[in-house]
Amino acid sequence: MVFDFEDFEDINFKRKKVYSVSELTAEIKSLLENKFFDTWLEGEISNFKHHYSGHMYFTLKDKDSQIPSVMFKGSNIKLRFKPEDGLKVLVFGRVSVYKPRGSYQFYVQDMEPKGLGELQLAFEQLKKKLESEGLFKKEFKKNIPAFPDVIGVVTSSTGAAIRDIQNVISRRFSLSRILLAPVRVQGNLAPDEIVKAIELFNDYEKVDVLIVGRGGGSIEDLWSFNEEKVARAIFKSKIPVISAVGHEIDFTISDFVADLRAPTPSAAAELVVQDKNELISQLKSFEIRAFNSMKNLLVENKNKLAGLMNRPVFKRASAPIEEKFYRLDDLLHRLVSGMKFIEKNQLEKVIKLKRLLSNLRPDTRIKESFGKVLNLQKNLQAVFKSILNEKDLLLSRLMGKLNVLSPLSVLDRGYSITFKLPENKLVKSIKKINPGDKLKVRVTDGTCECEVLKKTEVNK
Amino acid sequence: MTAKNKELSFETAFNQLEEIVDVLESGDLPLEKSLAQFEEGIKLSRICTEKLEKAQKKIELLLKDSKGNFKFEDLDSDDKEEI
Repeated sequence: MVFDFEDFEDINFKRKKVYSVSELTAEIKSLLENKFFDTWLEGEISNFKHHYSGHMYFTLKDKDSQIPSVMFKGSNIKLRFKPEDGLKVLVFGRVSVYKPRGSYQFYVQDMEPKGLGELQLAFEQLKKKLESEGLFKKEFKKNIPAFPDVIGVVTSSTGAAIRDIQNVISRRFSLSRILLAPVRVQGNLAPDEIVKAIELFNDYEKVDVLIVGRGGGSIEDLWSFNEEKVARAIFKSKIPVISAVGHEIDFTISDFVADLRAPTPSAAAELVVQDKNELISQLKSFEIRAFNSMKNLLVENKNKLAGLMNRPVFKRASAPIEEKFYRLDDLLHRLVSGMKFIEKNQLEKVIKLKRLLSNLRPDTRIKESFGKVLNLQKNLQAVFKSILNEKDLLLSRLMGKLNVLSPLSVLDRGYSITFKLPENKLVKSIKKINPGDKLKVRVTDGTCECEVLKKTEVNK
Repeated sequence: MTAKNKELSFETAFNQLEEIVDVLESGDLPLEKSLAQFEEGIKLSRICTEKLEKAQKKIELLLKDSKGNFKFEDLDSDDKEEI
């Protein structure tokens, strides 16, 4: 039998349907769509482009193959993280054909990162972004005032955070006025409300420090504090911001961008609400220290004066004058006895003159001044005594505390006190002594005198 | 001097007092200046104590009314104060 090639071809052409390009494309499209809808696909993103229309175009690939993919605006707007090249993702969607090009594509409806959860990834991405913009830099951190007059709080008026802050205040007695801008701290509306509250405080201007936060919760509950707009509002605030979100272990973007992170809302309150009793005892210790140094200064001056008075120069100063006095006395005597007819009142005048002269004797004047100084000191001591009496109860209590801190008990523990010779002055700073200086060192059971060989400053 | 001191904030008064005590303890000042500083210190200490006596315990809400004025409300009561 002769094989007729042309016949064979004829037969085949008659059996097969002839498609147009569009028909075939349509059939392929429907085949693929019917087979690959609601499909999960795993791959790595490459060639990622976020088109200005809002749609995302990218390729999903693995080791050997790749599929062009698209995620339309309506779907990608819900994503909390940003897809990027190299990111391994799990996507859900369908396969379809783009007829004008005859290419098949994966149409992504939903996407989640592989490995990390969606929220963790969003957190890491925003953290990286703001960090690269410099929002976490130390130089932008404002100082938190130690004694704010007005404290602004941005949190829920019914949440745990404000209750914790209230507890701290009632325990410590706040010196500050505390203003709350009540906001929602979770849910879709929360970020905008938090931003507005921060702006409200900045408008009000009289606020010295802000606490922004909420009590503990799940990562979703705390999410508002990971929102970019909240982070930017905190960064922009002219008032220093303390972030206080959740518990010790919870870190949010707000924490990084705030001027100070407090581990909890209570801790934030403790940072700015001073303890009244603590402050009062600090004030009393200031008074005692001032009083003691004043007393020491007076005693020191009195001793110096007494020392001066005993110096020979003062004792000797009056000798030549005394001699003149004797001569004067002698002259007077001779005058009186020599001039028998001198009138009584004239004699009295001379005696008066003599008394006047005697008043001018330097030793008498020095004695008088010394007396005056002593009187002044007595007066001063009386002033201090009245201050002391006024504070008697408090002082005795605080003195008890001071005793514990007394230098003697410190000496017992092995510390020593150093004085500079010859003035016997307490050495508190290395700047006051130089090599060659003589020092006296007091330890608990005695003293010794030493010479400085070398000095080294230590930066505290 | 007294009138001026009344306007001092607690923080300023407290810091000034601490400085004065440090200076007094350093013993670098002559007697008369020390006395003046001492008196000033006692004054500052009184001012601080006075301010502490007025410590607050309440929390107020900061709100803005429709006209954009700031409004205050006690968190736990209905007291209102407008500025």
